[in-house]
Amino acid sequence: MESVLGRYRNLTILVGVLFLQVLGLAVQVKRTGDAENTRLIRVWAVDAITPLERALVWAQNDTSNLWHNYFFLRGVRAENRQLKQQIEQMRLEQVRLSEDAEQAHRLQQLLSFKEQVIAKTVPAQVIGSSGSDLSRSIYIDKGSNEGIATDMAVITAGGIVGKVLRVYPSTSLVLMINDQTSGVGAMLEKSRLQGVLKGTPDGAVILERVMSDEQVAPGDTVLSSGGDQIFPKGLPVGTVTKVSPGREMFLKIEVKPAADLSRLEEVLVVTEKQEQNAVVDSGVRVRAADILAQRLPSVPDKPVADAAAAAGASGTDKVVPPGQETGAGTKPLTPVESSVKPEAAQHAATPSIAKFAGVGPTAATPAGAKAVSTGSAQGVPVNGQTGNSQTGNSQAAKKTAPKPASGDPVVNSGSPNAAASNAAGGLAKPAPARPKPPVTQPNPQPPATEDNPN
Amino acid sequence: MPITYTSGEQIEVYRFSIPVTVGVPLLALFLQAFVPRRLPFFSIFDLPLLVTIFFAMARRNPISGLFTGAAIGLVQDMLGAYPIGIYGIAKTVVGYGASSLGAKLDVENAGARLLVTLGFYLLHQAVYFTVARGMVSLTLNWSWSREILAGLANAVLGVGLYFLLDRFKQRT
Repeated sequence: MESVLGRYRNLTILVGVLFLQVLGLAVQVKRTGDAENTRLIRVWAVDAITPLERALVWAQNDTSNLWHNYFFLRGVRAENRQLKQQIEQMRLEQVRLSEDAEQAHRLQQLLSFKEQVIAKTVPAQVIGSSGSDLSRSIYIDKGSNEGIATDMAVITAGGIVGKVLRVYPSTSLVLMINDQTSGVGAMLEKSRLQGVLKGTPDGAVILERVMSDEQVAPGDTVLSSGGDQIFPKGLPVGTVTKVSPGREMFLKIEVKPAADLSRLEEVLVVTEKQEQNAVVDSGVRVRAADILAQRLPSVPDKPVADAAAAAGASGTDKVVPPGQETGAGTKPLTPVESSVKPEAAQHAATPSIAKFAGVGPTAATPAGAKAVSTGSAQGVPVNGQTGNSQTGNSQAAKKTAPKPASGDPVVNSGSPNAAASNAAGGLAKPAPARPKPPVTQPNPQPPATEDNPN
Repeated sequence: MPITYTSGEQIEVYRFSIPVTVGVPLLALFLQAFVPRRLPFFSIFDLPLLVTIFFAMARRNPISGLFTGAAIGLVQDMLGAYPIGIYGIAKTVVGYGASSLGAKLDVENAGARLLVTLGFYLLHQAVYFTVARGMVSLTLNWSWSREILAGLANAVLGVGLYFLLDRFKQRT
């Protein structure tokens, strides 16, 4: 026996080493919690590799930042201008969306629905991968020290990325949605059909478990359904690229992930989700008026004594919501009177978006405020209304008038016509013209003012 | 001058310093984990496998070859998401095979290295697929065209890499 072992010593050792590895593999496969069984040795390997990755990523980012932020600034001004215009448009888009969301919340509340919201996220940087093209996983530079735990969702602004598979003190392993062992509850946005999103061996993503008699077309958007208890409902997952008959009675739906999984650099880890009854936000939500107010010209703070004197002189004071006060600058407007409470003023003066968008004058909506708000809408639709031709003037006024602290209601002594004329450009001093932002609606309607309520 | 006979007594056996023995495999593992995030096409290469083949062929000792392969493969497994041992088993077999072959054949010239690397890449993939499908129930599709293409790419890279690593060889 000894002579046989001696003669085949190399082969015996090979068989022994292979046997041990097969045994170890079998133990891991049999036990479901293999992550815990092999945790220690994985920590060693990760600790040996990731510090170098982290250092390289850090050096790379710093070099890149130095170059892009200090040396290579070509085209930045033009880009900045473009981005500002984009922000303007998005702000007003946000107004519409917040109204829709509010309506949805009210309906959810009526039906006692529970909703899952992302309460807290931790940004993380991708520092490496698993080192195999058969396993789609990445390493991020945040771990248990930053509150990361297993089964947390990892997302980007584009869409979902995957879930946290293993956590180490300062790094985590994320299993991406295109790995064949991953599974995500998903649904089609239009038809609300639900299925399971899985990765394939070659790194593609398919939606399974959708019956073959359902209508699914390329281009349909896929969202997370929330059924996996990892990803909150409604996050973008991807777009359907191909639909073909699959196994049994199901369709094989190929999906292009919304997030670019091959070029991930920064991700967000959802560390806290909350399940709550749908509630209607009563006071803190962003209203159209609040957003528009940020774009309006305003007045400098004045002593209270002046304000009281001016108020006494005018006699027909009206409360203007914060930041909504006049678009002109013909004469300085009186600042807030101490007796006027900001919240009350806000609610009294801005009951709805429609009123500020110039749907029609109401008792609660002072003419000056209305005229100004329409004057500064700059052609961007708010509740179906579009802007006006006074944009340039309002912009000019904005440039000449300093801005007060936000949230201060103002007592306006002007008459509706005066306010309207202020908004229309009755400036005491000429102001430099500014370029007109693009109009988003093809047929802008005339401004809604006191004289012309349409 | 490398000897090209197939006699075990006449073939040069090399050894490596400890920093090279530890550092080169670690560097290969690091590059394999780091570079594909920046250059996605790089995932077609298997640097740890190339390093395993190189050390195994240079040492020409089956036992050291299989242990080198096992160690590199197991660390590669530890970095991945799947159970530990799939790469370990595949690279153990490759390490043993490469060192056994290195003890019998001249593997110093580029042509031989190219063919040997291509062959061992295919062997590695075959063992990996067998273990992954048979034991871990992973669904993997074997594509001859893809594997041969990837094998050739690895072989070409391997030839360049081996000549680079030849500088670290020390005669016994």
